[in-house]
Amino acid sequence: MTKDKSRPAKPSPAAALTQLTVVEVKTHLPPSGAALGAGEIREVSSEWTLKDRVGGWKVRWGIGRNSYRVRPGLYALGEPDRRSPVLVSANYKLSFDVLRRAMAGGKAWILVLDSDGVNVWCAAGKGTLGTEELVHRIRSTNLPEVVDHRKLIVPQLGAVGIAAHEVKKHSGFRVVFGPVRAGDLPRFLDNGFKADNAMRTVTFTLRERLVLVPMEIVPAMRYAVPVLLLLVLFGGFGRWGYSTEALLRNGASAAAALAGALLAGAVITPLLLPWLPGRSFSAKGFVPGLAWALLFVFPAGAFLPETANLSPWETAAWVLALPALSAFLSMNFTGSSTVTSLSGVKKEMRYAFPLQAIGALGGLLLWVAGHFLGGRA
Amino acid sequence: MTLLYLRDVTTLRLHEEACTGCKVCTLVCPRDVLKMEGKKARIIEKDACIECGACALNCAFDAITVKAGVGCANAIINSKLGRKNACCVIDDDRDVCTSC
Repeated sequence: MTKDKSRPAKPSPAAALTQLTVVEVKTHLPPSGAALGAGEIREVSSEWTLKDRVGGWKVRWGIGRNSYRVRPGLYALGEPDRRSPVLVSANYKLSFDVLRRAMAGGKAWILVLDSDGVNVWCAAGKGTLGTEELVHRIRSTNLPEVVDHRKLIVPQLGAVGIAAHEVKKHSGFRVVFGPVRAGDLPRFLDNGFKADNAMRTVTFTLRERLVLVPMEIVPAMRYAVPVLLLLVLFGGFGRWGYSTEALLRNGASAAAALAGALLAGAVITPLLLPWLPGRSFSAKGFVPGLAWALLFVFPAGAFLPETANLSPWETAAWVLALPALSAFLSMNFTGSSTVTSLSGVKKEMRYAFPLQAIGALGGLLLWVAGHFLGGRA
Repeated sequence: MTLLYLRDVTTLRLHEEACTGCKVCTLVCPRDVLKMEGKKARIIEKDACIECGACALNCAFDAITVKAGVGCANAIINSKLGRKNACCVIDDDRDVCTSC
């Protein structure tokens, strides 16, 4: 990604640095190395190498997500000069990569803040990407000596942690909030640093939801695998005592049921989000979960020999548990979405979580009881 | 089309008497919740508010208050389970989201 070639510093008398009253900036040093110091400017290209592509794909699947970082500091893209714009970014490498790719063919300085390897929005919400860090980074990179102007372009969602009027007061730099999406930057710059309404608004398109799906599936497996093991364990026991044949058949049937519920809650709900009824994510997720449960228990859905001829107990168990599981997984999509609020999620969880727990536990009890009280051996 | 979450839950409040009409809140809101009406900002789509806190933080005149946080069920579950190092936790009513 980087050509990793330090450029000689511009003349930068330390005495000329703005005196600041800001204290205690937490400087977490990422594993990839310490922050770049004053005058230590790196050139970067807008090209994505194969490594960048693979890295981006990996973090979308939750692999090495917490250590996908670039060193905070000042970067030069496309040989910028003293009048080139300064773009502020987080040090989550995917954020940085998307930004430099969007600026292909342009000239800019990229000021990478230490956001602890987290994207702009989450880091701003957490407070790591905030006024203090920005003011600190302006000073530690000697930015006032590098450019003649006093303007910074901060991604719109950085406004969650960065107070423009405070930055001005402490550093003399004027913050202009740029577009939400890096892809709109060239248009924003051509526009004379004006973000139109569409650039300023978060969206949640099918494509944007789709890239989040892997990170719904991976954590969902953390719930699904233990539940499946539990069911397989119970599956062998019944009126017949213990039977390996029953364990295999009931285990396979449970695996198919759970896989479908996972697909419903972690894939179908995110993709169909705007079109599913209700406002709460649990209500939305209940619908594909119920559809799957009905498909699974009715003979028409008996696509596996193991799922054919379910006992009434098993039928009731799945109809109760599968929509509950799907609703629970869908509720977990609230954090990835761009449309939920903390007050709303708290309210939703207060009524939805107990219902989901009743559905899941009730289903489990019926399923186990059925093997002792009725149905096939 | 704006996808709206639950009705009437946001803690967003605009104190009109303190508003100077500087427009900053309407510019930083990522959900089109605030709009200028005459010389004052107004909340026009309350249910679209995600309580991100950008408007309140960037109001130099303290005309907006909101209990800011991240609407993340996982964060709430993690904090109820007492997990401190999970990807998202809520700490003292302040949301902390480190990697999700």
